[in-house]
Amino acid sequence: MGRTWEFLTATRGGARLHWTDWASYGYLFLGVFLMFFPVVWLVLSSFKTEADLQRYPPTFLPYQQQTITLDGHADPLPLFRITGGEHEGMILAQLRRVGLQAQMIDPANPEERLQVSIRDYERLERFSLATENYSDLFGRFNFLLYFWNSTFITVMATLIMLLTNSMAAFALSKYRFRGRTVVLLLVIGTLMIPQTVVLVPLFLIVSELGMFNSLWGVIIPGAATPTGVFLLRQYMLTIPDEILDAARMDKASEWKIYWRIILPLSAPAIAVLAILAIMWRWNDFLWPLIVLTQSENFTLQLALNSFQGELQTQWSSLLAMTVLTLLPIAMVFMFLQKYIATGIASTGGK
Amino acid sequence: MRWPGWPPTSRRRWPTRSKGVAETKGQGATAPAPPPEMTALRGAGDGFALRLISPVMRLVEIPMIALQRLLGINRLAWVFLAPNLLLFGLFAFLPVILNVAYATTGGANVMLADRPQIGMGNFERLLDCANHLDPNTCREDKFWRAVWNTLWFVTLQVGIMVGFSLLTAIVLNGKIRARGFFRSVFFFPVLLSPVVVALIWKWMLQRNGVLNAFLDWAGIGGYNWLVDAQWAFAWSVFLSVWAHMGFYTLILLAGLQAIPRDVYEAATMDRASPWRAFRRITLPLLAPTMLVVLVLALIKGVQTFDEVYAFTGGGPGTATTFIIQYIYEEGFAGSPRLFGLSAAASLLVAFVLVVLTLVQLWVNRKSVDG
Amino acid sequence: MVAIELRDVRKAYGQAEVIKGIDLSIAHGEFCVFVGPSGCGKSTLLRMISGLEDISGGEIAIGGEVVNRIPAADRGLAMVFQSYALYPHMTVRQNLSFGLENINTPKPEIARKVDEVARMLQIEQLLDRRPKDLSGGQRQRVAIGRAVVREPRVFLFDEPLSNLDAELRVDMRGEIAALHRRLENTMIYVTHDQVEAMTMADKIAVLRLGKLEQFGRPLDLYNTPANLFVAGFIGSPKMNFIAGQVDTNDRTLMRLDTGETLRLPVTGFAQRAGEKVTLGIRPNHLCASDDGPVTVHVRSVEQLGGESYVYGQTATGSAITVHSPGQTRIGLGDTIRVGAPEEEIHLFDSDTGLTLREA
Repeated sequence: MGRTWEFLTATRGGARLHWTDWASYGYLFLGVFLMFFPVVWLVLSSFKTEADLQRYPPTFLPYQQQTITLDGHADPLPLFRITGGEHEGMILAQLRRVGLQAQMIDPANPEERLQVSIRDYERLERFSLATENYSDLFGRFNFLLYFWNSTFITVMATLIMLLTNSMAAFALSKYRFRGRTVVLLLVIGTLMIPQTVVLVPLFLIVSELGMFNSLWGVIIPGAATPTGVFLLRQYMLTIPDEILDAARMDKASEWKIYWRIILPLSAPAIAVLAILAIMWRWNDFLWPLIVLTQSENFTLQLALNSFQGELQTQWSSLLAMTVLTLLPIAMVFMFLQKYIATGIASTGGK
Repeated sequence: MRWPGWPPTSRRRWPTRSKGVAETKGQGATAPAPPPEMTALRGAGDGFALRLISPVMRLVEIPMIALQRLLGINRLAWVFLAPNLLLFGLFAFLPVILNVAYATTGGANVMLADRPQIGMGNFERLLDCANHLDPNTCREDKFWRAVWNTLWFVTLQVGIMVGFSLLTAIVLNGKIRARGFFRSVFFFPVLLSPVVVALIWKWMLQRNGVLNAFLDWAGIGGYNWLVDAQWAFAWSVFLSVWAHMGFYTLILLAGLQAIPRDVYEAATMDRASPWRAFRRITLPLLAPTMLVVLVLALIKGVQTFDEVYAFTGGGPGTATTFIIQYIYEEGFAGSPRLFGLSAAASLLVAFVLVVLTLVQLWVNRKSVDG
Repeated sequence: MVAIELRDVRKAYGQAEVIKGIDLSIAHGEFCVFVGPSGCGKSTLLRMISGLEDISGGEIAIGGEVVNRIPAADRGLAMVFQSYALYPHMTVRQNLSFGLENINTPKPEIARKVDEVARMLQIEQLLDRRPKDLSGGQRQRVAIGRAVVREPRVFLFDEPLSNLDAELRVDMRGEIAALHRRLENTMIYVTHDQVEAMTMADKIAVLRLGKLEQFGRPLDLYNTPANLFVAGFIGSPKMNFIAGQVDTNDRTLMRLDTGETLRLPVTGFAQRAGEKVTLGIRPNHLCASDDGPVTVHVRSVEQLGGESYVYGQTATGSAITVHSPGQTRIGLGDTIRVGAPEEEIHLFDSDTGLTLREA
């Protein structure tokens, strides 16, 4: 670490790279590999056919077995290149495999059956994206439904949270009223009660309100997050009171001050909170797992989790679905990562 | 504590109107300058968003004006607070009270009225052990396994994660080209959903996965990682560190960058060696941030559930079953649904979290005041 | 006609009283300046008039109507704030029209009024800019424009020039005065700068520690200050003060603490024998002369060419400033004697600070 430090505080012009520089960059690139490779691997794998996925050792890029459709054979036949024996150099289609021998035919001469040792052939493959993994999601699985559920929950919970939190933050930052301190303490109190420790009673309340197995059962409790109140209040405190006074002199009602002055001026903080809220709600798992028990209400995260149990052998669909679940967040990340980073740092997480 | 450019550094106190405006001389003429990178965001969405919400807001204004006349300006604050307080009350405070009610009752009914009072029965059942260090001697052995798993997990995960975060932050704080890129690379997994994280690594680590292929190729030989209790646990720690370390790196990096450069320049003039400068300047000045990071990591570590549950399902056996999973399974996944036991366990967790949060608030306050 | 009347107005925060009963009556069309050192409550008083601050006691009447319970928005006033308080997210045009929109003024009328005010304040070319793109002086004009456009009964200014640099401040001073002449509205202007007060005001209210020390025309305050505080506050450089005591036998003989004596005619003053008094003499009334009654040790001399200032101390350490036109031969370290025409000497009771003046 000291060496690292030497590198950090070094006054060299940077022309010559010290070994600590190499170590630092080495470390960073290892980091890049560790952080990105699993995701890259996931994406590449999601384009592989089920058969390709079963292959061991796996190939880096997705390949597909080349096939040929011949008269008299209902299914397409896989093609192989013969690497030894009497038919060396030929490309044959395999009819069936018996032990170590394969029964093959020459597509040019489909009548003749040839016996080839499986040691003497290799698959004929070409690079190909198995996009059917994705199209299947829309056909065979209710992907769109889950996607819609997730989107609906995320959007509604975020909107409700933004509205209620900004109103509360406005009251707590710009009014002097009896009980303000108490309210502030209460809000801090909610920080100490993560959802994870009130699951049982929350479940009762949500069911009593008739929101069990309803998307609203996820949305409403999800909107009761105190982080936003803090984040926004902190920002609103920096808005000069004189601007509010000016608006009051301009005959603006308090509600108008809220939405015409405070909201636009807090836009940067609200944007950060919105991004955070979208992320939280999109990635939510435990609470939806408890509230949503019917598969037609599943969010993407729940669907993914349940499919990994059901589709133990069917990685192709699972991987494609994982990629699609990850995609919105990855997009958000690419465009807004700076805001997310500052936002997360400012709230100190949730 | 100073985060990077946010919140704006001018920490204004409560608006004290008693202070005449004359006394707050030299104040900025306009609103606080938001962090520069955020202004761009504002410009884009502002006009559009305003136009979108205008009709609704105008409609709400009518009753709000009436309320303003009725209540006066300062009492109107309660109206602004009401929706949030309602949400908090219903979904945060009421549950806490109900949690106590659940914890002191038994049976499998959801409705409190149908549940028999059993006093501290649930707690006794949870804590009933011949030897607390050995889960096998406990009545609720699964609970104690979960407790010990969580304890081990938190210790390892927090230690390793904070260590790597610090190292990464220090490296990133150096004269690095494309620092923004590297920072976001480490941060990227933070955004991924726990289920996605779990599936990514499950795919990497499966019997015929890419890691085993590599190990086979290297001659070390593959291994069926997730059926081995200890390896499953180790990989759970790894996965959790992988997913969260970017977040703490970010905070520590902000802490490092908040240390003024001239302090180092002064140290250089005082002929302090780099190692000494690190020991005597960086570490002490970073200590408050480190403390915040540690406590935060502990709070979140105790609540670990999602990614590990999706990763191993708590298995093999109970090797990676943590306390939140225990609560979930007793209350919701099992049959009969032992809400009482679940609530009692969650109260115990809540106690730990409250203590940790108080430490965090205390640390935060100290570092703000200092 | 009375525009604004304050009757025993009080303001307290808990136990701490910051405005301690102020009576004041401002006539219609008057330019009234509240002046005082920081913390004297002048801004609080202005905010109480505006309605932004509640009133703990007493009454405020605007145009004869008691407005204690009327919220700020409905008092028909406009205010220019120290920080201008422009809406940062709105263009200048939006800033100016926001108030008119709030009272549902028809759009064409808003446009007409905004254009008119913009022309008057010469900010037409700035209408589409945002406050952050304006200079301090321009922001100031917009802030004034925002007040003007609503055609209020009374204008309130809260230290509007304190964020400007010295040169601009002089310009804006003139412009605000011109605006007042043009609009003929009642204006209340808060400042801590007595020069601003002297140059702009029809009437000045000097405040200290929540109390009204004196209210009157600028020159009246200058010539006949009600007490030691007003005498010291109004006028620049500050009035010189020398402590002393009236001779126990001879009412006209002042025994200064420096050991020197000075004769004052009884006329015009109401001192009693043996009373502790403070003599006040403005720097421009002091002049060096060999038969002057007070000895001053010169500590520094400022020669500005057209005028000169001599700063020194009496034997007991009271600071003395002598302001004289032209250039001076007095040098650093000199010991000089100074005196003043007796009609220019002010006399205050040292204990109460009140001016001793014959009834």
